[in-house]
Amino acid sequence: MSIELMLNAVNLAFVAFSQAFGKVEGQVFVLFVIVVAAAEAAVGLGIIILIQRNRQSLNIEKVNLLKL
Amino acid sequence: MSPAILVFFVLAGLAVLGALSLVLQKHPIHSALSLIVVMVSLAGLYLLMGAEFVAMVQIIVYGGAIMVLFIFVIMLLNAGEEEHTDFSKLAKFAGLPLALALTASLAALVFKPDAGAPAATQVFIPKATEQISSMLFKEFVYPFELTSFLILVAIMGALVLAQREKK
Repeated sequence: MSIELMLNAVNLAFVAFSQAFGKVEGQVFVLFVIVVAAAEAAVGLGIIILIQRNRQSLNIEKVNLLKL
Repeated sequence: MSPAILVFFVLAGLAVLGALSLVLQKHPIHSALSLIVVMVSLAGLYLLMGAEFVAMVQIIVYGGAIMVLFIFVIMLLNAGEEEHTDFSKLAKFAGLPLALALTASLAALVFKPDAGAPAATQVFIPKATEQISSMLFKEFVYPFELTSFLILVAIMGALVLAQREKK
């Protein structure tokens, strides 16, 4: 959810500068950012469900398969 | 003080409060609800800036689809209170100074008296939605098609991740 917050901050900056410079390219880019955010949320939540199913835990400290 | 400025300050304060609450809340469902507050107040800010199309997309896609997905998953997993673990050393020693440095440099840019950008005159873009649509399907048609591939790949990835293994 924090990633969504960061992407929203970028969107706000895009729209604000698009207004300040009087061009609409910024608003077009906001649409692309929203699409990427949606795709990222879907995949991320899929991974979270998989972790929960395999480990019965959501604690990030216990997801240490790649750690030496 | 004009009404637009007043509305701006109310919405901006609401957005900042919601963002702080999102980060600081212990329970995931409270965080998700604060994120909805942030989304809706940002949509109001977009409306205030004259970007009606982006405001509507924000409400429909973010406030509707993505947040429902988040809350659905949180309730499905029955996520409880987060346990407070030690921060990583990197976050503790590098995070705060870096955040302060970023804030300071941004503030210096914004408050510089003779900034290169034109003064914040409200430029009203007539027919913004019409311009967005024509630009999306003329200049940006190639990235637009690429996003459709991105969504297709994301759907397939989510399906592969979520399917149960066959015995």
